[in-house]
Amino acid sequence: MSWVIYLTFALMSLALILVFIRLVKGPTLPDRVVALELIASIMVGMIGVHAIHTQTSSFIDVAVVMALTAFLAAIGFARFLERGGPRHD
Amino acid sequence: MTEWLTMIFMISSGLFMLLAALGVLRLPDLPTRMHASTKAGALGAILIMAAAAFFFADGVVVTKAIAVILFILITAPIAAHAIGRAGYFIGVPLWDGSVKDELKSCYDPETHRLVSGLETADEIEAYRKNLDIKPKVKLKQRSKKKVAPPPSTKS
Repeated sequence: MSWVIYLTFALMSLALILVFIRLVKGPTLPDRVVALELIASIMVGMIGVHAIHTQTSSFIDVAVVMALTAFLAAIGFARFLERGGPRHD
Repeated sequence: MTEWLTMIFMISSGLFMLLAALGVLRLPDLPTRMHASTKAGALGAILIMAAAAFFFADGVVVTKAIAVILFILITAPIAAHAIGRAGYFIGVPLWDGSVKDELKSCYDPETHRLVSGLETADEIEAYRKNLDIKPKVKLKQRSKKKVAPPPSTKS
């Protein structure tokens, strides 16, 4: 069981690194927003793995809040882009 | 049995998230990147929540996990739609090899209006009359300002 947990952590960390490269490189602001959204999604997964790792079911609540915040951030960024705020991409 | 299910769900979740990250890193333009991140990333989070539900096997945790799954299933397409729409409207370039852009012939970036191509003559007339109404989205305002001066100088 424990090696599965460590393997999942490793896969998700690798995914985080790859998405972070896109977040730094991303040629336009929407690309970065997509990368940030995927980072939040991966964080929800890592919180779930951590809940299984420590056998503490309260961490599922943290995952709920994380998913909610990510959704609000994505909608806020989309509105900011459509309303034409200052952009430095 | 449930332990095996938990393990399978966890490993497949990690693999799907790695797949989503690879897609975001390697695919050429914004819509294809969103195509990778939205579906595979949401499936990864859903699988982890399913693994947690199987691992704890407790009524409260299973309810919370189902709530998270439903929330992700509802919000992921909405967020992707909002970002894709914003990205198209602010003019993020598509990949050179993309074969079809069906919105291009229907969308007027100067006025931010959409037409379907099936309008009757009356509807097109009404559309031309209403062009003065400002769209809610401020996109091409700079070009509009540049276009606006010539009539005033003529008059």
